[in-house]
Amino acid sequence: MTVGTDGAACAGAAGWSAVQTLGGFARACRAAGLPVSADRERTFLQACAAVGLGDRDRVYWAGRATLTASQSDIEPYDQVFTGWFGGRAMHGVSLPAQSPPTLLQASLEEAGTDPTGGDDEVEEEAVRAAASATEVLRHRDIAALSPEDQDALRRTFATLTARPPTRPARRHTASHRGSIDGRATVRAHLRALGEPDRIRRRRRVVRVRRVVLLVDVSGSMSPYADHVLRLAHRMVQAAPRTTEVFTLGTRLTHLTRALRERHPDRALLAAGETVPDWSGGTRLGETLGVFLRRWGRRGMARGAVVVVFSDGWEREAPEQLGEQMRQLRSLAHRVVWVNPHRGKSGYLPVQSGIVAALPSVDDFVAGHSLAAFEEVLEVVSRA
Amino acid sequence: MSDEDVFASPQSLSDALAGTGYLADAGLATVTWLAQDLDRPLLLEGEPGTGKTALAEALAQLTDVPLIRLQCYEGIEAGQALYDWDFPRQILHLRAVQALADRSPIGDGADALHSVEQLEANLFDERFLQARPILRALREAPCVLLVDEIDRADDEFEAFLLEVLSTWSVTIPELGTVRAQTPPLVVLTSNRTRELHDALKRRCLYHWIDHPGLERELAILRVRLPEVEEALATDVVRLVQRLRAEEDLLKPPGVAETLDWARAVAALGLSRFDPEVAARTMGAAVKHREDTERVRVAIDRMLTR
Repeated sequence: MTVGTDGAACAGAAGWSAVQTLGGFARACRAAGLPVSADRERTFLQACAAVGLGDRDRVYWAGRATLTASQSDIEPYDQVFTGWFGGRAMHGVSLPAQSPPTLLQASLEEAGTDPTGGDDEVEEEAVRAAASATEVLRHRDIAALSPEDQDALRRTFATLTARPPTRPARRHTASHRGSIDGRATVRAHLRALGEPDRIRRRRRVVRVRRVVLLVDVSGSMSPYADHVLRLAHRMVQAAPRTTEVFTLGTRLTHLTRALRERHPDRALLAAGETVPDWSGGTRLGETLGVFLRRWGRRGMARGAVVVVFSDGWEREAPEQLGEQMRQLRSLAHRVVWVNPHRGKSGYLPVQSGIVAALPSVDDFVAGHSLAAFEEVLEVVSRA
Repeated sequence: MSDEDVFASPQSLSDALAGTGYLADAGLATVTWLAQDLDRPLLLEGEPGTGKTALAEALAQLTDVPLIRLQCYEGIEAGQALYDWDFPRQILHLRAVQALADRSPIGDGADALHSVEQLEANLFDERFLQARPILRALREAPCVLLVDEIDRADDEFEAFLLEVLSTWSVTIPELGTVRAQTPPLVVLTSNRTRELHDALKRRCLYHWIDHPGLERELAILRVRLPEVEEALATDVVRLVQRLRAEEDLLKPPGVAETLDWARAVAALGLSRFDPEVAARTMGAAVKHREDTERVRVAIDRMLTR
């Protein structure tokens, strides 16, 4: 079969049926990271049957309506479509080809314990040593740790408990304590045909406040990026519906979907595949501007707790960063800046980026060790 | 034109939409046609002012069916979307019955019991039911149901909506089940203030609406504002297109703003669009103080060649 006049070079040659060709295309989309589930695939086939296969553009639109689910899906969809059916690109955007970073997989063996075992006393000693080693690790600068220690630290991330911040909602709910609910009381009286009933009370509903994490993944932050994303993973797991994660580098990447994966190592692998500009340069002000334009101002940052993980190295335009931070501050409920260098002795916030950003920051905290991460979680949950 | 003609093919739908003054590109026409053909809701995302809501209005107009609109907001509940019992009127009804009964007392007990049952049944009668948009849409189908700014509602509301959109029926305990004879054409819009739940997206056909290109925007202007002169319309559209592409504005002007701007200049009785006129009237399209400065500089650069 052929799709359109200029398409189907590969599919036609292989002598595939229409369903095979289209099904294969849907699967190729899934492999490219689009949210193609079995029912989406079925809808796609129905849509193709409805529009007919004679017109390449119509197949394109049928696929785009059924196989994509957000604006960011459109670019990979275009690439797969031209790759599969051949011909010219519909929108002609190309991703810069960059290899994802290799992520260290945590070792399954416990640090400090001898797998062959020994007598009880030695084992207990080993456990105690491991415990105090963890305690030391908690306060050490992550960048200065050996790869083995970093592995050990990764496993302790499960002990971090993230509590999302809350805000009072517009609505009220019935409660035993709280202010008197006049309407409900009168309505209950009426329901009892005017007989006085007990007084109804109400209190405000408490809702979870949105948290937006903006993680700088440029070269200067690379010693910390892996652990910061693990922290982000904990926060997403604690409140999956109200936490959003983006990475800032040379471009803005929406990472929430990858970090919803429950297992931390798998989530980080998925994150590594999603982020195209790992350890690249920084254009902090510019990417922050992109965030504000495409997400923040629409409402994602409105009333949210925004946490920026960055060392504030902005070479090109510190004034722009300052302006974007002012805008962010005016939208957000609270802006928290986490800087790994802040935990080092003798640190002064003198880099041009930090100087421009600081006036618009509510909390300026360190983020260089596990203990500092605990402080970050505390600041966020209190916000 | 009958419905069959309108939905004969994406092209005929596009033509019919153009007849109502809504110019859809090939993609939007195809996706809308598919939504009708597969009985799927249509989920539109895009910048504000790109005509998401206007599409629903145009569809209702061209198929000559009512447009039922459900505006979502934070904290919206199923009750506000489905139905409510009119409590004050129910009370009034009871009081009226009571007043009547006082005047002419009922004779024996069995009779009284019977009339109490009847009275209670009367309370949950059709006339005390306040139908809200979704119930109205199910009853009045065929119609166009517009669920505007679904991203503002909560997750729970989304789940509820998903249920209605898949079964096209709603159960009212006191009255029974209401089922749509033909599924209404549903258009959902979102400004992407948050990511919608995947289950809802899977149910819908998805389309991202971009700002129109130069030619299409000019055509829209010609159709919507025939009284504005061609030269003026071209100038305004060209400027707006460049502002969108080249200037990093807080809120790039949408099509609605372009229309307002052209209308504003025409209302002043001017037929030329020079920097001075543009600067005086730009309040029609640019609504942030930070943007005003940028646009003022850009206008000077773009209009004085």
